[in-house]
Amino acid sequence: MSALPALSELVVAVLLVASGLVVLVAALGLWRLPDFFLRMHAPALASTLAAWIVSFASIVHFSTRGAGLALHVWLIIIVLSITAPITTIVLARAALFRRRQAGDPLPPPLQRR
Amino acid sequence: MSTVLSLAITTTLVLYAAALGIAMLRLFRGPSAQDRVLAMDFVYVVGMLVMLVLAIRYDSEMYFEGALLMVLFGFVGSVALAKFLLRGEVI
Repeated sequence: MSALPALSELVVAVLLVASGLVVLVAALGLWRLPDFFLRMHAPALASTLAAWIVSFASIVHFSTRGAGLALHVWLIIIVLSITAPITTIVLARAALFRRRQAGDPLPPPLQRR
Repeated sequence: MSTVLSLAITTTLVLYAAALGIAMLRLFRGPSAQDRVLAMDFVYVVGMLVMLVLAIRYDSEMYFEGALLMVLFGFVGSVALAKFLLRGEVI
């Protein structure tokens, strides 16, 4: 009981700061990348890696503090991993459609080799 | 709650706030409409992460439901806006 809470709090602290850095990198990518189709890659970092890290931190925190294993935060990861690709693909198709309508330059098509 | 954890939570929230500021810059300045939708989706995800960090900060599991609702409403809003950009009508 003496060493365990301090160690778990240290793990939670490291995970939280790591998630903050990952989210900041994603936001910088959203701001700095030159084209929309390049910019679409950046927020995936926040909705996958940062969400996983924060959910791990939450599981560690509530499992060492409360009674038993607290795995309900996993539900957020499941919902997010279902919804994030749908959002991405619908938005990409909308952007492609709008660029074709406006006559702007499109990204090159995928080459089959 | 130890000093290390509270300091880490403060640092994390400051980093999230910086990321939210950059995303809001993209939201207001985005050259096209799909850039704004992308930035709004990112703001929703970061808001959900803020809720999870606050759950650790205040040691309450009530924030979990709020985070789950933010994920679901962010998904519905982003898909509705993307469908609107695609056809000019939502459904």
